[in-house]
Amino acid sequence: MRADIAKDPFVPEIYRVGSVRRELADAVTLELEPVSGTRPDFRPGQFNMLYAFGVGEVAISMSVGASEGTGFVHTVRNAGAVSGALARLEPGATLGVRGPFGTGWPVAEAEGRDVLIVAGGLGLAPLRPAIQEVLARRERFGRVTILVGCRSPSDILYQHDLEQWKQRLDVNVEVTVDHAGTDWHGNVGFVTTLIPRSPFDPDNAIAMVCGPEVMMRFAASGLQKAGMPAGNIYLSMERNMKCAIGLCGHCQFGPAFICKDGPVLPLERIAGLLAVQEI
Amino acid sequence: MQAFKADTSGFALDTAGLQRLFEVLAEDGYRVVGPTRRDDAIVYDEIGGITALPAGWTDRQEPGRYALERREDNAFFGYAVGPHSWKKFLFPPSETLWSAHRGDDGVMTVAVPERTADKFAFIGVRACELHAMAVQDRVFGEGPYVDTAYAARRSNAFIVAVNCAEAGGTCFCVSMETGPRATQGFDLALTELIGGDEHLFLIEAGSEAGRRILERVPHGTATTEQAEAARAVSERTASQMGRSLDTRGIKELLQDNPEHPRWDDVAARCLTCANCTMVCPTCFCSTVEDHSDLTGQNAERVRKWDSCFTMDYSYIHGGSVRTAASSRYRQWMTHKLANWIDQFGTSGCVGCGRCITWCPVGIDLTEEVAAIRAALDEGRSR
Repeated sequence: MRADIAKDPFVPEIYRVGSVRRELADAVTLELEPVSGTRPDFRPGQFNMLYAFGVGEVAISMSVGASEGTGFVHTVRNAGAVSGALARLEPGATLGVRGPFGTGWPVAEAEGRDVLIVAGGLGLAPLRPAIQEVLARRERFGRVTILVGCRSPSDILYQHDLEQWKQRLDVNVEVTVDHAGTDWHGNVGFVTTLIPRSPFDPDNAIAMVCGPEVMMRFAASGLQKAGMPAGNIYLSMERNMKCAIGLCGHCQFGPAFICKDGPVLPLERIAGLLAVQEI
Repeated sequence: MQAFKADTSGFALDTAGLQRLFEVLAEDGYRVVGPTRRDDAIVYDEIGGITALPAGWTDRQEPGRYALERREDNAFFGYAVGPHSWKKFLFPPSETLWSAHRGDDGVMTVAVPERTADKFAFIGVRACELHAMAVQDRVFGEGPYVDTAYAARRSNAFIVAVNCAEAGGTCFCVSMETGPRATQGFDLALTELIGGDEHLFLIEAGSEAGRRILERVPHGTATTEQAEAARAVSERTASQMGRSLDTRGIKELLQDNPEHPRWDDVAARCLTCANCTMVCPTCFCSTVEDHSDLTGQNAERVRKWDSCFTMDYSYIHGGSVRTAASSRYRQWMTHKLANWIDQFGTSGCVGCGRCITWCPVGIDLTEEVAAIRAALDEGRSR
């Protein structure tokens, strides 16, 4: 047994909110800088535990890659007591940060292959660092496709980034909404409907999927129907999480602990579990 | 604690020697914890000496039933196991992880409470419980992250095992290969021998620390007859198991059958009360509670035992993942007996029977596994 670990993994580091950017009616992006010391390195797809003073802690993925800036960037949706308290933080406020934790997106494995990014709603946030890394070294990858599905046009995250990516000739970006008014001229329908008409070689592609679990289940099935093997489809799973270090038991998904075996997991490892209700 | 192979040549203690063992451990700064009778149960608590032991009492255990009864002899350790396990000392039900303060400038600071790891001596640890500690050692001590407070308490602990002289009605350590004889993980091990005017404890050292303590306790060498009698105790206990569990292929049996109708059947009886997880000596799930004081400037984070049987356990935005009792029971039992093997290389069950005894409606996991297995075997033979 290792009893000589100097750092207590339960104790957060203190970060300060640098800026707050409103993304959606219920979501903000926080830029965080360490009050002392330097921010640790991390991989796209990893997450931190963010602590709101006196309220609690939640797991939130980094939404900007490590190569940009000196802090962490997190997009937080007000979905409960803790995320609500985080979403109300103002510049200058301090909060606790533990991390980075978990597995990342298989960006290195995707080199030399087509890349398919499939995001549902806020699922684009954990995928953005992977997109940034792919685009920063665009020549190393095959065709790159970004598919984004949202409930309505007002739920589309990172519109500014999407516009920039769309302007590139070497990226295929498609956005769809579940329902929209007459002023929407884009795609309507679930994000899975975009898969069959996306340019990728199913035998030589990596798919990275993040969104609500039901959306990921359909996306995974759509990608498999398109011919992709389950080993090349990666999902970012979500479960209740208290410790993020494999000790509290909450995030179990079958034999996997989402905090340390995930959140990013290959479909081939979890396909059986995804099909089971309430696992 | 270092692992040593147990001595085969034994020594013998009388009851005065056992009392002296308590005193020597206390002299060395140990908080001596052992069995005692309280609230009509045998529980583990700090005790000063042999007079606190539940002499002359035994426990009668069946699914959903536990009762103490007088024994015909005055045995100190003549019971199986009670509702407590040693985990409550090594992994406290409530523990403050850290406190936070927000200064007048609004800046947060975090402080970790000064922790001097408790130094426990556990008296009367059963073979299944030694295995339960080894299971929790893997959970808390061998992952990418270590629970340092647990590790410190664990490495400080001095363990006096007792070989069970009789099996309880819900015991199945033989099936889990965790008992009834203590073979590893102890500093000293006792076998209680009682008959006629004789009341003796065969004692063997399992570690260097155990040997050093034993040197300071007056003892004699065991006779061949006494050593024989001690061996016979474990053999007899092994033949008395109240329950058995067929563990062949159990990982696949449970992992491959998440939709088995038996989960609904057991859910119709299960109260999702979490008793089984509270009494289980290996269940390790915890939650955290965040408190702040009335000034709003001080907060603390407290870790508490949690159970996969609660709705909150699986809550994520939008609701709980496991709402049905069947999915919560399935989570508990599949984790305990199957997923645990993938996660930690060992079963999470040591066959102590507590979850059966302390289930208010008497759900018996050995019976539930057997029912799933039988239904499948029947399906195959048709």
